[in-house]
Amino acid sequence: MTQLNVNNALRSVDAEADTPLLWVIREQLGLTGTKYGCGMALCGACTVHIDGVATRSCVRPLSSVAASAKVVTIEGLSADGSHPVQKAWAALDVPQCGFCQSGMIMAATALLREKHHPTDADIDAAMTNICRCGSYNRVRAAIHAVASGSLSGAGLKIQHADGSST
Amino acid sequence: MNPSRRSFLKTSSLLGTGLVLAFHIPQAAQAAEAVMAPEVNAWVVVRPDDTVVIRIARSEMGQGTLTGLAQLVAEELDCDWARVTTEYPTPGQSLKRNRVWGNFSTGGSQGIRQSNEYVRKGGAAARLMLLQAAALAWDVPMAECDTGKSVITHKVSGRSTTYGAMADAAGKLAVPSDITLKAPVDWKLAGKRLARLDTVDKTTGKQIYGMDLVLPGMLNAAIKDCPVFGGTLVGFDDQAILTLPGVKKVVRVGSSAVAVIADTWWHAKTALDALPVQWNEGPNAKATSSQFAEVLKAGLTQESAVVGNEAGNAKEALTKAARTIEAVYSYPHQNHATMETMNATALWTPTLCEAWVPTQNGETAFNAVVDASGLKAEQCELYKLHLGGGFGRRGASDFVTQAVQIAKAMPGTPVKLIWSREEDMAHGRYHPVTQCKLIAGLDEKGELSALHMRISGQSILATVAPEKIVDGKDPGAFQGLNSPGPEASFCYALPHLLIDHAVHNPHVPAGYWRGVNLNQNTLYVECFIDELAHAMGQDPLALRRKLLAHNPKPLAVLNAAAQRAGWGKTAPKGIFRGLAQTMGFGSYVAACAEVSVSTEGEIKVHRIVAATDPGHAVNPQQIEAQIEGSFAYGLSAALYGACTVKDGRIEQSNFHDYPVLKLADMPHVESIVMPSGGFWGGVGEPTIAVAAPAVLNAIFAATGKRIRDMPLKNHSLKMV
Repeated sequence: MTQLNVNNALRSVDAEADTPLLWVIREQLGLTGTKYGCGMALCGACTVHIDGVATRSCVRPLSSVAASAKVVTIEGLSADGSHPVQKAWAALDVPQCGFCQSGMIMAATALLREKHHPTDADIDAAMTNICRCGSYNRVRAAIHAVASGSLSGAGLKIQHADGSST
Repeated sequence: MNPSRRSFLKTSSLLGTGLVLAFHIPQAAQAAEAVMAPEVNAWVVVRPDDTVVIRIARSEMGQGTLTGLAQLVAEELDCDWARVTTEYPTPGQSLKRNRVWGNFSTGGSQGIRQSNEYVRKGGAAARLMLLQAAALAWDVPMAECDTGKSVITHKVSGRSTTYGAMADAAGKLAVPSDITLKAPVDWKLAGKRLARLDTVDKTTGKQIYGMDLVLPGMLNAAIKDCPVFGGTLVGFDDQAILTLPGVKKVVRVGSSAVAVIADTWWHAKTALDALPVQWNEGPNAKATSSQFAEVLKAGLTQESAVVGNEAGNAKEALTKAARTIEAVYSYPHQNHATMETMNATALWTPTLCEAWVPTQNGETAFNAVVDASGLKAEQCELYKLHLGGGFGRRGASDFVTQAVQIAKAMPGTPVKLIWSREEDMAHGRYHPVTQCKLIAGLDEKGELSALHMRISGQSILATVAPEKIVDGKDPGAFQGLNSPGPEASFCYALPHLLIDHAVHNPHVPAGYWRGVNLNQNTLYVECFIDELAHAMGQDPLALRRKLLAHNPKPLAVLNAAAQRAGWGKTAPKGIFRGLAQTMGFGSYVAACAEVSVSTEGEIKVHRIVAATDPGHAVNPQQIEAQIEGSFAYGLSAALYGACTVKDGRIEQSNFHDYPVLKLADMPHVESIVMPSGGFWGGVGEPTIAVAAPAVLNAIFAATGKRIRDMPLKNHSLKMV
């Protein structure tokens, strides 16, 4: 059994040492918000935080993750979607199919923790996740919205069911 | 009662798995609560708490159809939008109810345009039934009652009630057939920039895609099909891997594939990688892309071809032309590369078969389940899950058939089949490969008098439905090139026109790839028109305007995009512009791209202004999202997209050798949504077709280099 700290809980998992963290998270811990897209750290759908650093979990063997390392998945970002990045994503209707968005959100959260007001160049460099639907411009707008604290600044004029507009 | 829930409970209890599900599907959870809520009609369920459940037959794969269709039903139902939720009816229930939900197919940008009328009527009928139920309860004339936001009022007596309170009684009334729909000008929900209904779960990880499904006792499978299309499986040495962790069984799947079933997918995949497999690669074992390119090249000049559009006598006019201009273009195979790889989960017993599938077509996937199961249709059911991308790939059901074949090897145990990315790249349903030769004739005055456009290449129908090919013609091959009509017309007026198709099919299977044949056909026409403008010494916008003078709708979108982009005005230093327009999927689109090319040959697409006239716009902010997405998809294709064949198999295996557009390369997109009314066009696909030609024409403006074969990564634009 291997000990892991995932979403602030100590978990014991029964998996071979070379099992990628992604599949431990998905199949041993049942946290399916983290996605498989390529298995080669190319697409970023599997992005989680390890000690706050955005990490592509599909190429991280279980044996390389210390029991003391704090792993956070999309499910651990907030209990109810209330993290500012998640709120911005919802306010700007960023996701289309949504499959890449857990990874996008985890990458964006790590970026914003490091740089509170990222430039477009910062965003270009940090957000290398693949989205085939083409949500990129709204991803960029949502990151700027979190940084500025204004969800209506993107000018999308989206009408929400609660009567608000972003 | 909710049909999908009812069916699942019945079938699952047969297996003794009871009511406990180890997974969270919002849809199923909602349905459980809805068990006590009767449906008003097939489209609308209202729960006692006034929650309105709208049934959606089409699939949500990112394109926003779920929300758009719900807006249309809710518009006529006159319900409280804040209390609207949705669910998918199942194909099995549809069959039992005489296809009450119509077509489930979600492709061709048809989700809304093909079903808008009957779903709106469904909402309107439900409203009338609720109204009638209240009028009967109050013993007042229906005409004195009114609705608003799920509340029914009788002004004369000051009484009011809610949809939730009346749903039970309304559901017992006859469904009215005499329905008058609202005029779009009176819409309050449709046409508005409403937030999607499916966003929040996609920001929290709660959204369950097919790949995420977990059923009690479920096993996982990984599969490998013969890498050469048309090859077969000879055998495998399962003894070599049966002792590896978690492995349960190794099974032959159909005639050409082998799958490993294990406790986890990672175990299944690892064991499959270690499995010695022997293939018979068949007659295509040595096929290459370059060989087939020669076949296509010969097709450009062969005598016989299928005519798709003809006006006047182009061949004769070309012989009489004062000057002819000629160019040859080509377009490669491309993989859809959905972010979620193909997958399906199936449970088979000798008396029933259930499947859980992210599919673009619930009905054809259901038929695949029935066929593969060897059971009767009434013994089968299929549950749809949201798709992690579709783009046409999930209209095919090859992976559904495989999942059922695998499940048959484990009776009573659900098995989830997931394709690796490598399997997904190797066994796509690829964008058809074509070449095109265009010859234009100019008369003595230098005016365009004739055009012959010869397409040589693959027919999609030859792969997906060869029985629909009549007299050798695949009508879809002429998408965007047809004579005037509502779907996908060639919009330019030319005295003499001939567009024909020499059909040549490689062994690589073709499929509907987002944008379909409009992609390459528009590229061929719009780049060649640009070539003609330069050869004729005319402005590319002016020439297009002249050729569209008779055709106000395409002219309007072209003008809108050109004007907003500042065509004719000085561009910022180093920035060059290119135009393209087309008509497809019932809509009119145009784009102006702004591009720079560095001396090192690096292309940067800075800004694209795009105009769309889809007739009616149900949710403009989602149309804008589709336009942006179309550029991401279309620019991925233009810059990088090519699947090549060597030794009979696709050479590309993952995103390192099949790169796609990333955020840093995504241009700023300005969308002009300009619905002119009176028709219904699609929005998920047409804009893809103008992405590549607008950029290619801008590259020509920047460099003087005319790129005629895709993708751009194969060309050097380095200044010498």
